[in-house]
Amino acid sequence: MKKLAFLAFFLLAAPVAAQDLGEAPPPVTEVETVEEEGLTLTVTDDSAWEDLGIAIAGFATDRDVDTPANSGGTASLGKELARVVFNDLRNNGLFKPTGPDSLPQPSYGQITSPNWPSWSNRSTEMLVHGYVRGRPDGRLTVGCYLYDVVLQDELARAGWVVPPRDWRRAAHKCADLVYSRLSGESPFLDSRIAYIAETGPKDNRTKRLAIMDSDGANHRFITTGRSTALTPRYSPDYRKLLYLSYVDGNPRIYIYDIGTGRQTLVTQSTNPTFAPRWSPDGKWILYSMAVSGNTDIYRVSADGGPSIRLTNTPGIDIGGSYSPDGSKIVFESDRSGSQQIYVMDANGQSQKRLSFFGGRAATPEWSPRGDQIAFTHIAGNFRIAVMSPAGGKLTHLTNSWQDEAPTWAPNGRIIQFFRTARNSGTTALWQVDLTGRNERKLPTPVDASDPAWGPILP
Amino acid sequence: MNTRFATIVLLTSAVAIAGCKPKAPEILPPDPGATTTQTDNTGTATRPVGPQVGSQEHFVNAVNGQNIIFFDTDRYNIDSADIPALQSQAQYLMQNPGVNVTVEGHCDERGTRDYNLALGERRANAAKNYLVSLGVPSNRIRTVSYGKERPTATGSNERAWSQNRRAVTVVIS
Repeated sequence: MKKLAFLAFFLLAAPVAAQDLGEAPPPVTEVETVEEEGLTLTVTDDSAWEDLGIAIAGFATDRDVDTPANSGGTASLGKELARVVFNDLRNNGLFKPTGPDSLPQPSYGQITSPNWPSWSNRSTEMLVHGYVRGRPDGRLTVGCYLYDVVLQDELARAGWVVPPRDWRRAAHKCADLVYSRLSGESPFLDSRIAYIAETGPKDNRTKRLAIMDSDGANHRFITTGRSTALTPRYSPDYRKLLYLSYVDGNPRIYIYDIGTGRQTLVTQSTNPTFAPRWSPDGKWILYSMAVSGNTDIYRVSADGGPSIRLTNTPGIDIGGSYSPDGSKIVFESDRSGSQQIYVMDANGQSQKRLSFFGGRAATPEWSPRGDQIAFTHIAGNFRIAVMSPAGGKLTHLTNSWQDEAPTWAPNGRIIQFFRTARNSGTTALWQVDLTGRNERKLPTPVDASDPAWGPILP
Repeated sequence: MNTRFATIVLLTSAVAIAGCKPKAPEILPPDPGATTTQTDNTGTATRPVGPQVGSQEHFVNAVNGQNIIFFDTDRYNIDSADIPALQSQAQYLMQNPGVNVTVEGHCDERGTRDYNLALGERRANAAKNYLVSLGVPSNRIRTVSYGKERPTATGSNERAWSQNRRAVTVVIS
């Protein structure tokens, strides 16, 4: 009996033979925030913040020293840092930024004491200064200052200590500081995206699990492409990835541990499993499993243990996205005859249909702010749309032939999705803001689908 | 040389026969697999080798290319047009008790990824259940869904989509 229990434990704990995994990426490290003591003003009028001109000057350094972060030392790294801030704000359609390559380079002493006359002459309302210092322990200290040029006043400041390989994160944090301070919204740029990289012809696609920073940098493939990988989801702490793999010939959900580079099955069942999701606190995993052709949604602890079946209709019940407080789950079901969006309590009780828009409604994703649900509206074309959690206020954000699988920015202000081209079948990641006006394609090395935007990094 | 010729003849005849099925335009049987590409290296007697029992080629040949059935948009029911195909598949499996098969469920590209995986599984199971109802033991039939991941027709039009909404029976070698 004891032996049997041990064996059962071993079976559950044993990592699945990883025939399709490349080298494991480095785990996420926490960025240390250092106190930048200074005044903090109340928010000025931000009604037209998107039109603000912002000058982002090259970050200065006290002493140009070598760093593993780049090949040119901290002085040239300072300019790189400012370029990352500039591209973050520009590419996301935020403000009217001007980058370091068309601005004078401030001295180290001017970072905390801007040369106001030279900035007042430019048509810019806001000014971003920063510095980078090499530390004796090899790490970098990066400071970020936001100034109001008209008021000649400091609006915000912050500093971070980062290992050299995380230097871009300091720039993203600076861009987040500027964005949050001026817009009043929560930050979103210091975050990562998991997605599926696609290559090859339409009838023989290679699909690999890949990860990258929110701006496309630090791109890494996790799987080699020998077997098809689909639908990844980052755990809220960025330590694990859930995704579907055909590595054993069947579609199954795996939990990939980023630190160890090993993976385990989400459930030991021989049935196919699809559509993995995390609860907001990372303690629960939702997956969908087909038993004799009938797919239902199950919940299991992220630490393993028995699964609980949450749906039990004869139709396809699949997917699932938790409300930010973890109390409800929005999901997809064709119990009424076609794909529609339903909501239920986290324990599976009180299931109720939400979507009554005509056509089909699929892939619901609850906003991290809780105020909206993004989904794919299928009525002729596939369009990204949002609705209220009560099922009202339908708003279409895109209008293309096939836009699918929305995923929210950590602050719930931008939605990413993937767009498939008619006939060629080529795919790309796109994002759109909640007005639907600012749409842009994300840069990826190859075709891309199934994006999953993680939360703000720790 | 002989085997290659035989393959071409087989493929052509399979297409011709499949073309007669009203619901399924331009059915192409799947790649016959490794058995047809084996060549006799000994250089001695070049006896013509037919498809072996238990090979995909033998199966496709025996069911007159009807190893694939097709579905309407978002549907997974077996309709009357599919029954002759499944009957011939079942007949083959009953006559060859050593042969096991996988039924692959597929969808067209006009569905979302997760849903199509579940729908493909439902289609594969519908075909499997029908074969079982005709007497094939269920433990000889495995199912797998590929959702919209493996289209055979690459266009984005109703004709291509109708060819991709399918359940394909494949011999497990």
